[in-house]
Amino acid sequence: MKNKRILIVDDSSVMRKIVERSLRQAGLDLAEVVEAGNGIEALAAVREGVFDLILSDINMPAMDGIEFLRQLSTIETAKGTPVVMVTTEGSESRVVEALSIGAKGYIRKPFTPDQIKERVTPLLEVLR
Amino acid sequence: MKPMLDARARNGVRPDSTWTGIMDCAVKEVFQIMLQTDLTSMPGSGDGAPVGDTTAMVGMAGALCGVLTIRCTSHTAESITARMLGSSGPVKPSDVTDAIAEICNMVAGNFKGKITALADRCMLSVPTVIRGDDYEMVSIADGEQLSLCLAYGGSPVWICLAMHN
Repeated sequence: MKNKRILIVDDSSVMRKIVERSLRQAGLDLAEVVEAGNGIEALAAVREGVFDLILSDINMPAMDGIEFLRQLSTIETAKGTPVVMVTTEGSESRVVEALSIGAKGYIRKPFTPDQIKERVTPLLEVLR
Repeated sequence: MKPMLDARARNGVRPDSTWTGIMDCAVKEVFQIMLQTDLTSMPGSGDGAPVGDTTAMVGMAGALCGVLTIRCTSHTAESITARMLGSSGPVKPSDVTDAIAEICNMVAGNFKGKITALADRCMLSVPTVIRGDDYEMVSIADGEQLSLCLAYGGSPVWICLAMHN
């Protein structure tokens, strides 16, 4: 699984680094990792390029992950890009809401690299 | 936009005697998974007031209204940050703020996720971090408080959930 272009959306820069490290520990050969601190920055990144996978937090300032997902669905070049929510959100309704508007899965924080691998690998294998 | 809390959430959940154990478990899990570190209990520290110049706070609203705080010294916060990042060198102050905020956020999420009556009926705020120790937190609403002190590498980490009635 080589040359994947990934977008990581989280208001915590530490968490973005941890997610990237976990992806690498999971054995993914990442061509490029782009970081965004909220949904607005993420939408700007998506308009500039195509990603193989997007990992997004839900609870963020400025624009949260749910609104990001809604607006993402209107961007033609992003259609088909799998989005996985990475969240502390213990609320099932928020996760269900994310899944109902296009998220392909979710990972609850705290997470292990194995949990990232388990969720992400099948989505990237489809793209191979 | 976040959904409005529904009518169910307005029926408050009362804390019970199991909550301290649940919080203890929630905190230890976060440190174990994210830092590969086992927190231990800190005998004798439970009676004193929390100390430390780094405090992270997350607000909770819905079936439970309150504030979860995690407080420790800046030295401990730096050590936690370095371990989270897998770094052996010095860490940036902005990363320390970020890491402590995220730990607090994960503890709050993990805690409420373990209590069925809260999991779907309580929302979390974006975290806030206070630097400095010359302050006193006073809750306007009388309510119960759940506190524990755990040792991270021999240094105390205070966890407090102040609940509103």
